[in-house]
Amino acid sequence: MKKFLKSEGGQSFIASIFCIILGLLIGYVVLLFIAPQGASTAILTIIKNFFYYPSSVARMKYFGSTLVKTAPLLMCSLSILFAYKVGLFNIGCSGQYTAGTTAALFLALGMGMPWWVCLIAAMVCGALLAAISGFLKSYANVNEVISGIMLNWIMLYSANMILTKVKESTSPYTYTLASTNKGAMLPSLGLGKLFSNNAYMTLAVPLAILIAIGIWVLLEKTTFGYELRATGNNKNAAKYAGMNEKRNIIITMMIAGALAGLGGAFLYLTGFEQWQCTQSSVPGMGFNGISAAFLGGLSPIGSIFSSFFIQHITAGGAYVDKSLYSAQISDLITSVIIYLCGFVGFLKLVLKKAADKKEGGAK
Amino acid sequence: MILLLQYTIIFSAVLTLVAIGGCFSEHSGVINIGLEGIMVMGALGGALVMRFSNYPASGNAFTLILLTMLAAVVFGMVYSLLLAVACINFKADQTIIGIAMNMLGTAAATVIVKAMNTRINPDNVSSTIQYIDQKKAFLVNLGGFEFNWFMLVTVILLICSYVLLYKTKLGLRLQACGEHPQAAASVGISVYKMRYIGVIISGFLGGLGGIVYITSGVSEWKFENGVAGFGFLALAVMIFGQWKPHRIAVSALLFGLFRALSNVYMGFDFLAKLNIPSGIYNMLPYIICLIVLAFTSKKSRAPKAEGIPYDKGMR
Repeated sequence: MKKFLKSEGGQSFIASIFCIILGLLIGYVVLLFIAPQGASTAILTIIKNFFYYPSSVARMKYFGSTLVKTAPLLMCSLSILFAYKVGLFNIGCSGQYTAGTTAALFLALGMGMPWWVCLIAAMVCGALLAAISGFLKSYANVNEVISGIMLNWIMLYSANMILTKVKESTSPYTYTLASTNKGAMLPSLGLGKLFSNNAYMTLAVPLAILIAIGIWVLLEKTTFGYELRATGNNKNAAKYAGMNEKRNIIITMMIAGALAGLGGAFLYLTGFEQWQCTQSSVPGMGFNGISAAFLGGLSPIGSIFSSFFIQHITAGGAYVDKSLYSAQISDLITSVIIYLCGFVGFLKLVLKKAADKKEGGAK
Repeated sequence: MILLLQYTIIFSAVLTLVAIGGCFSEHSGVINIGLEGIMVMGALGGALVMRFSNYPASGNAFTLILLTMLAAVVFGMVYSLLLAVACINFKADQTIIGIAMNMLGTAAATVIVKAMNTRINPDNVSSTIQYIDQKKAFLVNLGGFEFNWFMLVTVILLICSYVLLYKTKLGLRLQACGEHPQAAASVGISVYKMRYIGVIISGFLGGLGGIVYITSGVSEWKFENGVAGFGFLALAVMIFGQWKPHRIAVSALLFGLFRALSNVYMGFDFLAKLNIPSGIYNMLPYIICLIVLAFTSKKSRAPKAEGIPYDKGMR
């Protein structure tokens, strides 16, 4: 136990649990303020999510749906944490996610391409958009947070313009994959059957987890990963040691962008959602990715669980009693959690002091 | 043409206010990425006041303007404390906190407005607040040009900010804390206090910017949309303005012009004839922003210690 308290991972874990509990508590207080009579039911509904359904068949099915949306979120959080290891804050993740979505949907619906071509295109487009941020950062000293936000909006309007070409004539939504190009749907690999025939359960979920493990290996076990982390820790020292920091920044951004772009394809190529061509705000997936990345203690493996948790409460928010509360209560809880994640450094310090003290007392 | 001028001025006013807010915070040493969230909160405060006043029926325009501004400013300042406490006392990462504040601003405003709307009318689940009649209190028609009192307020605050930042003891001390906090502390300046002041001023101006923004072109606001990246545009204006209020005002005019174009381009025959899709006009301010930043960020005059939590023991 003591060893766990002192280890880096253990402290991150405790800090994350602390953020979650406090975040939920604050969410509960907000619910109490809005309408005290239903607050307890509502917060339990949010935490329960798919357990809301009494039958186990339905539970399995909606557990599957939560997983379907966890895959893109995991990709976004990997994108954020990968860039963060190199000292870059990839807030442009939402834009890269949108770029991936646009590429995948346009190739699938407009040009009838098979799914794997769409996936590759999504990766490439995400990477290219992120490369702009990386290039501006390394050669023009433009803060990547600001360029990222600008690119998010540029990409949103581009996506609306491009995808209008493949939209249904009577609605603002793009064609469904099932009616237009079945070959572009990600293969199910029989996973759907495991989740009460959830048609959206596809290759995306296991692939996302494999990619998370791959990113962990890349960061922790390879020379390239070491170089990237060194650049993140001290740009000047890395430069002095002969690492090309300008190149590393651009490559990092491109990998981060590819991950986010793939995330977009992972959601939209399942047919779970259609793009709405009149969308007026940047998709929240990329921003939730920030929460997931920090809640997961900036570790790719931790992100798998934190992404699931965040998607779990976001989906749970959809079940709250709409006559009393709005679904955005989940967004509120998520944003409180990420706010609290800012205190993780402070919290770790406290934990470390407590652990040291205990040790001193034992002697 | 008058319409373009009108929109340019009002959008520049928003950008000027918010960018100067950011400039105060950064001069004190705290990067305020949460401006967007502060704007949403200020907008919410002001919109609530307008929503619950029966302006044309009772009460005069002056009181309404004053109360609306007061609410926006107070909401903005209180909300900015979230940044101050986390980043000054707890040395939290300023980027994470700022981003969390932006997300929280939109989410909280949506939850509050939806709860309010459904309570008044159970069938109303929208996150929109309307203020069609109340908005008229802010406008004076000068021969086709709709003068907005906020334009005057912005000019006054711009001058005040310049004086405060460069001509007063407080302003100079504030700047010292953003350049070299340890040196400032060594001559007896309280770095924490200065940084609190910087952040709270940015909350004041950001909140005000928020209410000006949502009353600029429309008579209702859907809070689910936040403020569409305007807080970040303001940060870009601040960088382009080299962290100096007078330069910020000039660069705000440039960005304001492009933002205004997307509202009124249909009114120009030659632009309408070009048949450029509206999406392009919507993108324009952001594209210009990127280009401008690419050329101006190299010789950036950012306060040297911004973004670094103050540590007494550091040399």
